[in-house]
Amino acid sequence: MVFQYPMISVQACLDGVLLGILFALIAYGMALQWGVMNIINIAQGDLVILGGYIAYFMYLYGIHPAWGVIIAPIIMYFVGVGLYKLVINKVVDRDLFISILATFGISILFMQLMNFAFGADVVLANSGYGTTFLFDSAVVLPNSKIFSAFISILFAICLVIYMKKSKLGRAIRATAQNARAAKILGVDTEKVYAATFGINAALCGVAGALISITFTIHPYMGLPYTIRSFMIVIVAGLGNLPGVALSGMGLGVFEEFADYILGTEFRIGAVFLLLVLILVYRRFKLSRKREYLK
Amino acid sequence: MKINKIILSFISALAILLSTSVTSFAKVVGDKIILGSAISLTGKYSSNGVHTQNGYNMAVDRINSMGGVKVGGKTYKFEIIYYDDESNPKRAAQLAERLISQDGVEFMLGPYSSGLTKAIAPVTEKYGVPMVEANGASRSLFTKGYKYLFAVLAPANLYLDVAIRTAVELNGGKGVRIAQAFEQDAFSQDVRLGILDAAKETGSEIIIDDKLPKELNDMAATLVKVKQMKPDVLVVSGHTKGALTAIRQIAEMKVDVPMLAMTHCDAAKLSKQHGKNSQYALCASQWHKTLTYKDDFFKDGMTYAADFTKEFGYDPPYQAAESSAALLVFKDAFERANSFDQKKVRDALAATNMQTFYGNIKFAPGGQNVDKPMVLFQVMCDSAGKCENKVVAPLKWASAKLIHPVPKWSER
Repeated sequence: MVFQYPMISVQACLDGVLLGILFALIAYGMALQWGVMNIINIAQGDLVILGGYIAYFMYLYGIHPAWGVIIAPIIMYFVGVGLYKLVINKVVDRDLFISILATFGISILFMQLMNFAFGADVVLANSGYGTTFLFDSAVVLPNSKIFSAFISILFAICLVIYMKKSKLGRAIRATAQNARAAKILGVDTEKVYAATFGINAALCGVAGALISITFTIHPYMGLPYTIRSFMIVIVAGLGNLPGVALSGMGLGVFEEFADYILGTEFRIGAVFLLLVLILVYRRFKLSRKREYLK
Repeated sequence: MKINKIILSFISALAILLSTSVTSFAKVVGDKIILGSAISLTGKYSSNGVHTQNGYNMAVDRINSMGGVKVGGKTYKFEIIYYDDESNPKRAAQLAERLISQDGVEFMLGPYSSGLTKAIAPVTEKYGVPMVEANGASRSLFTKGYKYLFAVLAPANLYLDVAIRTAVELNGGKGVRIAQAFEQDAFSQDVRLGILDAAKETGSEIIIDDKLPKELNDMAATLVKVKQMKPDVLVVSGHTKGALTAIRQIAEMKVDVPMLAMTHCDAAKLSKQHGKNSQYALCASQWHKTLTYKDDFFKDGMTYAADFTKEFGYDPPYQAAESSAALLVFKDAFERANSFDQKKVRDALAATNMQTFYGNIKFAPGGQNVDKPMVLFQVMCDSAGKCENKVVAPLKWASAKLIHPVPKWSER
């Protein structure tokens, strides 16, 4: 199939890259809070879906869903901070297992609450953006996908600059390097943690709004996004933004090709398989170099 | 300390006593026939679960207010005990056990979805409890030799059969090239088997046969293949998310295909969510309000739809209509059996041959309804962008002419 119609490869690559940039945004949020707080957030995908619902409700009330990329992160920031104050601050110094359990619980709670509040229907928001045709319309790219990728890049750039230049950004980086030292030097780590979790939730909000425009949302659709971002972070390592972006795109392209070659039914399965392979490979590399994941 | 313990154990003993003694109904109490149903009020099937429950409730009220059920010269009224199965098959099976062995229910109504019906059927079968179900269409339900299971709806393999046959007919009787994409769940795979059968019989060729994952929200890859290979018919079945995703991406990618046939369009509120983009999509449906079947309780489809809208505030999807029909079947069977003996009621159900507003009902030995064809409707929009579902096949019930082939995107 792929060889029979060469244009499919071009299409798959472009689709994959656009998709991957969106994944990378979610993964970046995960990398941030993983690096700073040492928490693997299983509820990441559910935060994304919640962000999607915010955009969807704006759409229902006649506001263009693209504004969701501004409104959703603001609301989600406060959701994130609230979540931190309620649950995460109690598990932040504990071992990884406790925090995984806690966020797993949050994930289930969020799914059920969203199902309860918004219903089990699959919904989407229509952006009304058209389609771009390339190569004599052999390759089609929905503008909503291009829009998503563009906004994702924009947010990523803003975040990088913010982390480099602002006071809070510096505090976050300091805490990530050594929380105890940062505390001694007068950084209010509690505040930094809350802000980090809030920023992560806000990024999820942006991604969710974009997903509601490009794909569909449903209360139970969060987990695949968690898995993907987890994988991207594993490949790229923490605190390595170009790495996150690259491995995000790589994953996107891999998924699209897996879809063509193996069939759509193995798409998610291929992602899981890749995750296992990468974990095994990393373990192998670590044992040889006797290094820790940074 | 000791006294506290004594009080505590006393309270817990009391609690246990209360919890066991309160819920012991018999099948027929006074003038009430008590039916039981586990239904998805929460979880992923909750919206269709509620449609099902509304359908049941509407029929119960209607039958009760129009004289109830006459058995042995006495008039009885229907009552239903519901439990929430949380869209979970295991829970549904537990609840069926509970309804039968604790609550003493002797007649059951089905849950929502094939998967949950499959979980409950072995339980009702074990206890010999007749179950009329309205929302489990999977073919495998009817091949297990169940004796106490009756479904008022057409089995899943017939859902899109009529679409393929129509396409072949429009192609001058020659076979067509079919592209299909189905989710990997019991129902959609049954729909797929139906297509395979229809393709074989009509000499059609299947050129794309994709399976969609459960977490489906992107089928761009399938659509790219469709664009390249240009099939005559594209068939998609993946519940609501399949229908919504397909329409969105077909419109975005401007995929031209002469016929697009799907399931679950009205549950997805296609025309509401997608407006004009959903135009010309063909949808398989168990029922449509414009069909002209009649009965004494709801008169016809249009009246049913109007009454339903008045009571619940939305247009009845077919899931509600078929659920209402299940109660009509039960009433009819009780009266013909003239008894509450489960075996006699079961035999009466098996001999059912009636017309309801929802369609004719007559059960095959497997329990499926063989007397009601599926209908196909097409989403049609006027120039103002208002879209409606119009029945286009089978011809006998058609209220509009099928638009075929679907106009190209560049000409819309």
